[in-house]
Parts: sequence; C-alpha cells; structure tokens
Amino acid sequence: MKAGVVVFPGSNCDHDCYHVLKHVIGAETVFLWHKDTDLQGVDLVVFPGGFSYGDYLRCGAIAKFSPIVSEVIKFAENGGHVLGICNGFQVLTESGLLPGALMRNRGLKFKCEYVNLRVDNSDTPYTNMYADGEVIRIPIAHADGNYYIDEEGMKELEENKQIVFRYCDENGTAEDDSNPNGSLGNIAGIINKKGNVLGMMPHPERCAEGVMETRDGYFLFESIAKFIGGCK
Amino acid sequence: MSVYEKFGFPEVTAEAAKGMGLSASEFEGVKKLLGRMPNYIELGVISSMYSEHCSYKSSRMHLAKFPTTAPWVVQGPGENAGIIEVDSEGLCVCFKVESHNHPSFIEPFQGAATGVGGILRDVFTMGARPVAAMNSLRFGKLDKPKNRQIFEGVVAGISHYGNCFGVPTVGGEVYFNSCYDGNPLVNAFALGVVQKENIYLAKAEGLGNPVIYVGAKTGRDGIHGATMASEEFNENSESKRPNVQIGDPFKEKLLLEACLELMKTDYIVGIQDMGAAGLTSSSFEMASKSGSGVRLDLDMVPMREKGMNPYEIMLSESQERMLMVAKKGYEDKVKAIFDKWDLDAVVIGEVTNDGYVRLFWDGEEVAALEAAPLADEAPKYNRPYARGEYMDELQRLPKVDAPSNLQKVLEDLLANETIASKRWVWNQYDHMVRVGTVQLPGSDAAVIRLNESEKGIAISSDCNSRFCLLNPYEGGKAAIAESARNVAVSGARPRAFTNCLNFGNPEKPDIMWQFVSAVEGMAEAAKVLETPAISGNVSLYNETEGKPIYPTPTIVMVGVFDDVTKRIGSYFTSMESAVYLIGENTGYIGGSEYLAAVHGYERGDAPEVDLEREKNIIDFMCDAADKRLVKAAHDVSEGGLAVALCEMCFGGDNVGVNVKLESGIRADALLFGENHGRVILEIDVNNAQVVTALAEKYNLPISKIGRTCSGLIEIANKSEKVISAKVSDLEKIWKNSIGDRMK
Amino acid sequence: MKAKVYVRLKNGVLDPQGQTIQSSIERMGYDFASEVRVGKVFEIEVKDDSCRKDLEKIASTMLANMIIEEYSIEFEA
Repeated sequence: MKAGVVVFPGSNCDHDCYHVLKHVIGAETVFLWHKDTDLQGVDLVVFPGGFSYGDYLRCGAIAKFSPIVSEVIKFAENGGHVLGICNGFQVLTESGLLPGALMRNRGLKFKCEYVNLRVDNSDTPYTNMYADGEVIRIPIAHADGNYYIDEEGMKELEENKQIVFRYCDENGTAEDDSNPNGSLGNIAGIINKKGNVLGMMPHPERCAEGVMETRDGYFLFESIAKFIGGCK
Repeated sequence: MSVYEKFGFPEVTAEAAKGMGLSASEFEGVKKLLGRMPNYIELGVISSMYSEHCSYKSSRMHLAKFPTTAPWVVQGPGENAGIIEVDSEGLCVCFKVESHNHPSFIEPFQGAATGVGGILRDVFTMGARPVAAMNSLRFGKLDKPKNRQIFEGVVAGISHYGNCFGVPTVGGEVYFNSCYDGNPLVNAFALGVVQKENIYLAKAEGLGNPVIYVGAKTGRDGIHGATMASEEFNENSESKRPNVQIGDPFKEKLLLEACLELMKTDYIVGIQDMGAAGLTSSSFEMASKSGSGVRLDLDMVPMREKGMNPYEIMLSESQERMLMVAKKGYEDKVKAIFDKWDLDAVVIGEVTNDGYVRLFWDGEEVAALEAAPLADEAPKYNRPYARGEYMDELQRLPKVDAPSNLQKVLEDLLANETIASKRWVWNQYDHMVRVGTVQLPGSDAAVIRLNESEKGIAISSDCNSRFCLLNPYEGGKAAIAESARNVAVSGARPRAFTNCLNFGNPEKPDIMWQFVSAVEGMAEAAKVLETPAISGNVSLYNETEGKPIYPTPTIVMVGVFDDVTKRIGSYFTSMESAVYLIGENTGYIGGSEYLAAVHGYERGDAPEVDLEREKNIIDFMCDAADKRLVKAAHDVSEGGLAVALCEMCFGGDNVGVNVKLESGIRADALLFGENHGRVILEIDVNNAQVVTALAEKYNLPISKIGRTCSGLIEIANKSEKVISAKVSDLEKIWKNSIGDRMK
Repeated sequence: MKAKVYVRLKNGVLDPQGQTIQSSIERMGYDFASEVRVGKVFEIEVKDDSCRKDLEKIASTMLANMIIEEYSIEFEA
C-alpha cells in the first residue's frame, strides 16, 4: 500500500497520520500538497484533521475547492480508497463524497477526550480487523462533530449498513448519555455506499501505539493496509 | 514641509512623555543620552523600550541571582526562549513562559489567545517546532459572575488558538483566590524541539543584508500595549479596549510552517518575533545584539489600515509577524517560500554598521536612535524594599477547633475549585495532537514523547501563591521544589525551569520585598536542585484599585526521560498493591487550603522546605523509575494527604485505598496539613523490600500506610476510622465540581 | 454598491447556538423572544447587481452548506 496524506493550509494532524502510516504500519507514505494535482500513484488518500483554511467559513468548506480535492474526487469515483479523519471527515461531507453535514457540537465547546465507539460494520476495508459490536476507545477532538442528515438520508445509511462507528457507553449501548456532540443516531463515522470512502470524527492515529492510552486505532490502519496489501 | 512635519505629531514635552509612561527623571535621562530633544516618533520608541515590560527596570538586578548555567543548558536567558540539551546527539528542547495578564483582563478571549500566539512564536523563532503548550491560570472565585466570565473566556481563547495552531495543550494549573478578582493571571508556556545545529538567534549581521518583514499586515492593534502592561488597573482600564490585539492562529500556523521550511535552508542570518512593542523591540534588539545597525523604510511595511504613520507602525502590536535578516541576493528565494504558504514577505530595510536604527518614510529620515545605549542604558532601579508590618499578624497561626465530621470536610475540599478536577478546562484543549502526549492531563506532570525517539519530557507548572504571601522566601523555594518534585514523581530528571514573576506594584516597599524574597528563595532552591533558570518574564503592577495580587512566581519545570516508557502515572493502577509514604506528616496547617476553605484563615507561616530532602526525593524517584519499581506516584500538596490519596483513586478504574495511620497528630491536621517533602507510592508487594531499601539509601523516611482495594476509600488513624466512602461518590464530586459551576 | 448574502440554518435543523442565546435572553429578564436562530451575513463590495447569478453560485457552493443551510441575497446602494 502506498498512502498519501493531504496537506491543506491549517492541517495539523498531517504529521500524525504520516507517522502512523509510515513508522507504525510500515507503508510507503507521501504528503500531497493542496495546490498539486498529482496523486503520485497512492492507493489510499488520507484527509487529516486540523483546521483547513482556519475553518474560517465552515469546517472543510474552503478545502473542497483545492486542486487536490478535485483529483481525490475522481480517484474515489474510480474506486480509490479515501479516509477522512475529523476535519478530513468535514472535507468529505462538504465535497459531497459522503452524505450529511457536521455541525457545531450541541455543548458548543471544543471537546477533546477518549470516547467509546461501537463498531457497527466490520465488513469494510477499514474495519475488517474489528468484530461487529466491538467497543473500542478512541479520542475525539473537535468543536463541529455533530452529524446531521435528513430522515431519508438516515434511512439510506441504515439500509446500506453505512454507519460504521457509533458513540456508546462501555457496554456498547448507544444512547444520549454517551453522545459527546449531539450527532444524530450517535453517529461517529460513516462509509459511502461503494465502501471505499470512510469519514470519522474520532482520531485513530492518536491511539495506534503501545505507549498511548489505548492501541485501538492501530487496527483501522492495519485493516486498510492488509486490504490493499503490500506492506512490510 | 518635511515628511516628519506632514504627520502633524504633537509637540514633545515632559507632559507628552508622561502620557507615554516616562517619568520626569527618565525623560531628562533620555535628553541627556541623546544630547538633544527626541522627536515624537523617537519618544514613542524610547518609552516603549523603557517600559517595565520591555526593560525589566525594577527587576533586572534581582533576576541576576538565579543560577542560569549547567552542562545541559544551551541557551540561557536573553533570547526569545531558553534551550536545554536532551541527549548527546544534539536533541534540544526550547521553552519559555510569559504573562498575558493585562490583555486577558480587558478581553479574556483575545487576551489569552494572543498570549498563546506570542509564546509559540517565541519558540519557533528559535527554529524549534512547538510540541507542547501549558498554562498557569489564576482567577477570582467562581461564585462571582465576572470571574466565571473571565475564566470561560480565557479557557476558550487558549483552546481557540492552541487547537487551531495544532499544538497540544497538555495541562497546567488553575487556581482560584479572591486576590485575583480584578487581576486574573494568564501565564502561557510553550515548548519546542530543535536540533542544536539548527538553532536560530535574533541577529542582524552583514552590512547590506536585507531586513524582511513577514506574516500578517500591521494595523493599529495594541499601540502602547507594553506600556499598558506596566500600569496599575483602574476604572478606566476597560475603556482601553480598542488596544487589544486580535489573534489569527491560522496565519500563525502558516507562519510556523513557512519559517521552519525557511530555516532548513541557509538563506537567513537571524530572525526575531515582533511581540511586545512590535517592530520597535525587534529591530532594536537585533541591532544591539549584533552591534550593527538597521535602516527601515517604514512606508514599505504592509499595512492593514489606511493612513498609518511611522509612530503607529513602530508601536503596533499586531500579531503573527516576524522580522528577519536574509543573506543579500536570497530575497527572491525567501519570498518564494512565503508565497507557497500564502504569506507576505517584504524587504523593508537593510543592515547597516553605524550602530543606529534609522527610520525612513518616503526616503526621508524621520527618526534615528543609537541601538546599543538605548538597550544597555535603559533605567535600572534598586527599588527600596521592606517587610510589611502586617506580616507578623499574617504569619501567626490561628487556633481552630477540629471539625466533627472530617469526611464532610474532605468532600468540601474535593469540590473546592482549586482542588477539584480541571477536566472542564483541558477537555476544551486539544491535548493529544502531534501524537506525543503519553501522559494525559490530570497527573502531576505532563509527559511528551519526542519525535520517534524514546526520549521524553515531563513538564509541571506550580506556584502556591498563598505560601508566597505568607512567606515569600519559603514560598519561592516551594514553587521550585514542588515543580521539580512533580517532574520527578513522573519519573523524569528535572533539568531547568522558566518563570513568570507576577507581582503587584514594585514602587511599594512591601511588594518589592515580596519580590526580592521570592526571587532569593527560588534562586536558593534552584541551586540545590541543580535546575537553572533559562528563560522567563516579569509582570508587575498586578493591582486593581490599590489591591495587589498575592505574589505569584509561576514556575514551569522541565525534566528529561531517557526512556519515556518508564514514566509513572499518578493514578493507582491495580488492587492489592502496597501503598507507601515517602517523607513525614508533620500536621502543620499554616497556609493550607483546609485552613482557608474550612476556617476562613489565610494565615500562618508557610511550611518550610527542606531542600536536601527534596533533592533526595528527586534522586530516589529517578532511580526507582529507572528500575521500574513504582506503579504510581503522587506528591502531597493542596488538600494534604487525604486529598492526595483520593486523587490517586480517580483514574477511572474504581481502584480504592485502605490506609491505616499511626499518628498522634490531631486528625484534621494529619489529613489536610500541607507540609512539603511527601510522596505517595503504589508498589507491587513483591518490590516492597527493594523500594524500602532504596529510600533508605537516599536517606528518606518511608512507611507503609496501606494497600489498594476495590471501590472504597478508607482512612483510619490508630484504629479510629476517619474516612470511609465510595470512590465513585467522591470522584463524582471532584470531577464535576467546576463543570457544574460553569453551567 | 454592497451585496449582502445572508446564510442561515434551514428550518427544522437544530441550532444549539441559537438556543443558548435565547436562554441568555431569558436570563436577562426578557420574555418576548420565542426563538433565536443564528446566521451569518457576508458583505461584498460590488459594482452593480449584475453579479446576482454568480453570487448565487458562490453562495450555494461555498458560503452556505445547502444540506443544512439556506441563503438569500440583497443589494444595497
């Protein structure tokens, strides 16, 4: 697997994703500059977290006009794998690669903490090393992670098993008490219908090594690396 | 009409000088130094440089008492930030703490945000990539709406700036005391990583080299902000609001990336951040340090507002700007890098060799001042100091009755805003970005892994200002000792500190005495503990309507791990471990949170610090950590032994503790006294003998006080049960207290 | 002249900022405000109103997120 981490002005988890992909997973990894149009033959594109363009209009709203994003859209349409984390998820919804929108947290404040996630679909290229219903602990860090979609859209997500992660308690129950930001249906991460584009608010790259609080995020990267193949 | 006349500046008089903060004698001194009357622009420049904030005129002679050298110190005080070496291969960390108190009182959100921005620039100006931020915050009590509003705004401002910039804000300290009602303290700290050979300094060398302005455009922000930060507050302060700078963390992030990219090349000679007093201090410092000179064409400076004049440009404190000196002929290469990051980079002058900073407008010289004398011969005062007469009364320990229900006292202390969990604060900070935070906030020290290496850094910020009020010398010692102890308790070797000395009006002898005593106490502790001062700042005049804050010399101590996997957390990790106490309970309650919160007395001499004992604790902890003998460790501070034991149970795993003490001390003093030199350890029972022997080797008293258990906190003294509660009940009180008050 | 583009949340989309502001208004002692909705206004200096079509394009693709927001455009002399 060759991975590319997109760098927008204001991306700040770009080095973190690069570190995990390259040094922990052992994948060949490159940075993709927002003004470029060459994807350098990568198999996986990662939109990292951060504050692209300062998040000054709406999170992810300006990034979608970058030259690189037009290329990534084509790449995804042709079946290429795209992972958006936090601000990257916002870029994916803003650019139409994933349905719905991410709004201001219901508590209005930025929130950074470990949360419990239930894996609701382990049959994706990104989650095949988890089990359905497994509860994992991965940190969030965002002010705008409140997922919204209209009723019809929600029905479609449910029917197609597109909801991959939900916020839950330690027993896997996804209720309002365990919802950190007000997301509809406690949604923390979704995949597109085709199954190649995943967006999630939590940061798996922040817990992918033994020295961290948990190592639960490692398996997401390992899943996609195994799925694409050719690492280490 | 000359260009200067066109601006229509007011006449330069002693009155005008006074309006800019220059005293009559300082104004006379200026005239003598120049041998002529300064013009209006020059007067503005000089008054900024002579302000307390820039010149340290009241504090300089005492700051010289700090030890500032050690084999591992690469850069001591005097640059944008200090630097220590972490390993033998030149891996260094660069750090500093700085106050942004006055701006944060006037506009909490922007004041705190720009404080963070300023300290980050100080670090990356040296060539270091910031990898951790921290803050020491002090507010009035949360029952007053005004204090809640300031607290909320400050935390939001720090969160806004740090999160967007992408530096993890890994912890810090938050204190509440009514002495900060009209004077909140916001001390921002940042730490960056740099290889020794890649360090950049503020230099303006090489005749004819271009001076380049980079970053945000200049507006009329914070004109005379440095002067404002050197005045007492009064009721007019709120009307100074237009002076407040607005921060743009996104721009600063771009500036960081562009500067670090540029620093990998050999295109530039020196670089300096435009902080307090903006272009004035950056140009004069660069010129005076290099003994060169600088010519600036001020009309070339990128301006955000129409009709700005040279005076305003020189004194603007607009944020996110840098001044650099490039090698001649490399201008276009420098510009190309800034272009890539969508930033302005404009040549606004050149390096000269006549020792002067000369300011031009439309090609005509509008001001000329010699750089070195102005920097070197800034006023320096040996202000009179004397112990206040009120000290005898303050130091007398009042007699208090023992409360009948100590468990209730414990619950009240856990809910006390100074002791309660600061989760509400750090949940708003992105404390994990950069995947280096291996110890989450809430422990004694924050622990950061450095890059891909095994090396790590522990950081702790401390100052018990009540101790400093009651006995500034012992309080100063305690600030150093506690921060070093916190670093050591996490397993790291304390190496150096940075400080932010927040005091009242130095023109009052009793305040000056607090300052001198605290500095001397800190210096003494720093010598014994082998932790030099490598950077810092001083914030004076923290008074509102004549009421000063408690003396608050904030210390941020940095320690080093050779192997960060050997770090020690402060929460109990498992049941059926042995619990040991290093040090002794003396039952002294003077200056304690207990005495203040429960009995209403902020009285009694501060507890004495035994520096030899503290040094031994540090050596013991480093040795024990290296041998992986300790499962958890926590120092005893605010709230005493009982609170420290509780805090160790609040890691979320419902591990409790069963403690049996055998002491003749009155129970309330035993549980809540705050004498120094104590650490609680969680030890695997199989290691008990080794640990005891190790403590004896370091001449430390050690006693087994109990064991960990499931879900209960029980403390007994001589078979009398004094505390018996569920971990979950007490944890809830402690964890939610601040969040509930802020709803 | 000045073009003003107003962007607001669609009816029915939860607005936590608006709700918070509304309860603050109530805490200030006023009881007439029954619903607060927060929006944005973009003021753009333009030559004349012939740019309406282009502005609509800009508003619908960038200034507003049409999944949750709607916009309107006004011109002011």
